Amino acid sequence: MSEFLSTGIQLAYLVAASLFILGLKNLGSPATARKGNILASVGMLIAVVVTLLDQAVLNYSMIFLGLVIGSVIGAIAAYKVEMTAMPQMVGLLNGLGGAASALVAVGEFWRLLNTGEPLTIDAVLVVILGVLIGGITLTGSLVAFGKLQGLISGSPITFPLQQPLNAILLIGFLIGSAYLFIAPENLTVFLGLVGVSLLLGVLVVIPIGGADMPVVISLLNSLSGIAASAAGFVVMNNILIIAGALVGASGLILTQIMCKGMNRTLTSVLFSAFGATSSGGGGAGAIAGDKAVRTVGADEGAMMLGYARSVVIVPGYGMAVAQAQHAIRELSDQLERLGVDVKYAIHPVAGRMPGHMNVLLAEANVPYPQLYDMDDINPEFDRTDVALVIGANDVVNPAARHDTGSPVYGMPILEVDKAQNTIVIKRSLSPGFAGIDNELFYKDKTMMMFGSARDMVTQLVSEVKQL
Amino acid sequence: MEGLIVGLSVFVLASFVGFELINKVPPTLHTPLMSGANAISGIAVIGALIIAGPRDWNVTVILGLIAVVLATINVVGGFLVTDRMLQMFKKKEVKA
Repeated sequence: MSEFLSTGIQLAYLVAASLFILGLKNLGSPATARKGNILASVGMLIAVVVTLLDQAVLNYSMIFLGLVIGSVIGAIAAYKVEMTAMPQMVGLLNGLGGAASALVAVGEFWRLLNTGEPLTIDAVLVVILGVLIGGITLTGSLVAFGKLQGLISGSPITFPLQQPLNAILLIGFLIGSAYLFIAPENLTVFLGLVGVSLLLGVLVVIPIGGADMPVVISLLNSLSGIAASAAGFVVMNNILIIAGALVGASGLILTQIMCKGMNRTLTSVLFSAFGATSSGGGGAGAIAGDKAVRTVGADEGAMMLGYARSVVIVPGYGMAVAQAQHAIRELSDQLERLGVDVKYAIHPVAGRMPGHMNVLLAEANVPYPQLYDMDDINPEFDRTDVALVIGANDVVNPAARHDTGSPVYGMPILEVDKAQNTIVIKRSLSPGFAGIDNELFYKDKTMMMFGSARDMVTQLVSEVKQL
Repeated sequence: MEGLIVGLSVFVLASFVGFELINKVPPTLHTPLMSGANAISGIAVIGALIIAGPRDWNVTVILGLIAVVLATINVVGGFLVTDRMLQMFKKKEVKA
């Protein structure tokens, strides 16, 4: 009977794993994405339910309580969270997943110690890996969350000897691990390893600037999957290993896409504290001083937009901060009423996580076929009357094309400067997250509207209505 | 050691499947894909359930129960928020 049950459980896990694969596949296309998410969640439900049937699981009341508490918190968070806060939400959830994986590794280690039998080398190895990856995922995600939520400064935080310190910690971790293989019952060393893992997570993410957050979030997402896999090795359970590997791989691909979007390598994102070292900080004010900027009022801006044939809207993080997506949608409705062809140009790393802008515009009911990727829209800027840049900065900086000295040099950009006219809505001339000045603002064809994205767009809407 | 090798094989093969699945996803879906995948990584809940299983109280069970709560937040929050996002993606607005 028990053998029958255990076979049944394994088969159910297989079904769950298949549902995860199908779910991820369906998540890859707009038409089937919702179905994909539901398939994956059904897979998860099956996996949880059959695990509860396992004979080793007896602690029903407490486990049930844990599941209920977790579900309620998760559900409330999912319904309350603002779409603009999506990057933080994903960051935080990543951290929780990492924490759970690390706890599983620690708990299992404790159990093995107390069985009184000698620990095998592979048991110690997988526990150490689980603790390391889970711990880094946990604290790294918490730091990323803090940065995105504004609890910690979004600019890179660096201090002298940062890299050597990280290296020493890592070496210390390796030595501690080696020691644990020989003397697994040494609890102090084990707790030391846990501490070092947690510290490493903080130290790795803290020097990374806000503009690089899409990369960090993707990478942490990947790590949370690998952490789950490691936990799977600890308890020797295939479903954890499979699901974790799927997530690990998908996160890695997104990380790669994000790095490509910024023309940077993963190592440079992780180790170069982008923005902190660029010389732009001091120079920006000086350049702004001797170069003329043309500003434009809402009435004139509305005129330009309303009588244009084609308008391309380029949203950036400023749109998210100001919650301007609904106002923008209204503006494009009004423009379309006047017969203007309106398109949206989305840079791969606009915002603070992959696809951030797309979600916000979807929230404002912008149909997704109106959203264009960088490669599709760039050839069109030549034929565009007005490019309206709303709260974006580095992703439209023409210096990326020609100024080899610029930190953004080589990054693929949206070529808004090729449009007949460019209107930039921005709170001030202050440099973006990369901390560098943007020569676009000083071009003859560029007009600036200074103010919060939402106020400015709302003013444009009321002016366009009167046309 | 044998178990480790079997696990490793499963891990590597599943990673390849993951790479194949996710390639060529339109940027529009990057955020939902990420939060959906994130929810799947909450699979750690299974490991948590297993170590929280025994009836008698000890450190392992307590850690397991904490892990159950955290992983469940990850799973439920992840899937629900993904669904909420995907609901918003429409080809054309349905005029009421």
